Amino acid sequence: MSINATLIGQTIAFLIFVWFCMKFVWPPLMAAIEERQKKIADGLADAEKAEKRLELADVKAKDQLKQAKSEASEIVEQANKRKNQIVDEAKVEAQAEREKIIAQAQAEIESERNRAREELRTQVSALAIAGAEKILERSIDPAAHSDILDKLASEL
Amino acid sequence: MAASGETLTSAGYIKHHLTNLQYCSAENMVDGHCSGFWTFNVDSLFWSAVLGVVFLFLFRSVAKKADTGVPGKFQCFVEMIVEFVDQSVKDTFHGRSRLIAPLALTIFVWVFLMNLMDLIPVDWIPEVAMMAGIPYMKVVPPTDLNITFALGFSVFFLILFYTVKVKGVTGLVKELTLHPFSSPNKFVQALFIPVNLLLESVTLIAKPVSLALRLFGNMYAGELIFILIALMYGAGVLLGGLAGVLQLGWAIFHILVITLQAFIFMMLTIVYLSMASEDH
Repeated sequence: MSINATLIGQTIAFLIFVWFCMKFVWPPLMAAIEERQKKIADGLADAEKAEKRLELADVKAKDQLKQAKSEASEIVEQANKRKNQIVDEAKVEAQAEREKIIAQAQAEIESERNRAREELRTQVSALAIAGAEKILERSIDPAAHSDILDKLASEL
Repeated sequence: MAASGETLTSAGYIKHHLTNLQYCSAENMVDGHCSGFWTFNVDSLFWSAVLGVVFLFLFRSVAKKADTGVPGKFQCFVEMIVEFVDQSVKDTFHGRSRLIAPLALTIFVWVFLMNLMDLIPVDWIPEVAMMAGIPYMKVVPPTDLNITFALGFSVFFLILFYTVKVKGVTGLVKELTLHPFSSPNKFVQALFIPVNLLLESVTLIAKPVSLALRLFGNMYAGELIFILIALMYGAGVLLGGLAGVLQLGWAIFHILVITLQAFIFMMLTIVYLSMASEDH
């Protein structure tokens, strides 16, 4: 247990170790640690930014949804209006058509009736002649009495 | 149990464990023992060098692979130590120096590893060495005064170097002569100078000596207690069992001691160097 040359040897070893540590161990380790710290800090900042952006996007999406809803209800309203309009138009058209058909039918009926009346008239005159013949039991000369017949027929 | 054939007594056993393996040139040999300054404690030098190389190899291997990706477990561990040392340095040392932090890291890890040798059961390595024909083997370098004084004096010279670098030679001289007593009167001041020189020199010398002796004392005492406990194994079943319990307890307690001593050595080095490079 005495001080001897070991002291010198150990001092030299110590200085070499410190030099090696200073040259080859400390700088790369520190650089890696600092770079990672920066990376992590950047990552955290990015995450925060992304969160903010997400919030913004959320608000935007809500806005758009609202707008789309109002647009949709507007479109539905418009469609309803248009439907009513179309129905009304159709109603009017149908009314007109009906009236036209009715008028046509009436005109037809009228002409049919006139035709029937005319026919009836001629038949009545024939019947009247036949009736008169039966009553008189003789033939009446249609030509001689045509004036009477005509008068009769026109009175019908 | 006793390591060499010539000594089987308790005293011999202890003495054997506390003897360094020494090398010296032939003219320094006296009665088969080395004497004089030019003696090398081969075991202390060998183990401290091996542990220093282990430390540098481990840390260098991490430093080479270190990137910014997800670190492995060992890289995390190494970075944890590095950051712990870096934080300690930053908290205490406010100047800018490329040396202080690596120096602190080297001291902390190296001293810790050397102290850690204390936890290896005291007979293992000496017995193996004995089989290999090596008569003495002291495996805990800090139990050798030369080792701790080498560290302490290295720090001491760094203190002087930093004082001169920051304050100049005149700054160093002023620091040694104008404190702690000072007076505006030139004559009184001149009287104070020798007193101040004495006090400040003692303060300055006390720094490396206390560093070295603190580490040495703690480790030497711890080692000695391990040796005494080891002695009890040979004293019957009862004492042997007790020795097992004691060794376990002392080893667990010693984990704290070796870490604390390494930390104290590092911390005081930083403090001394920051004191040297700052104006009061």
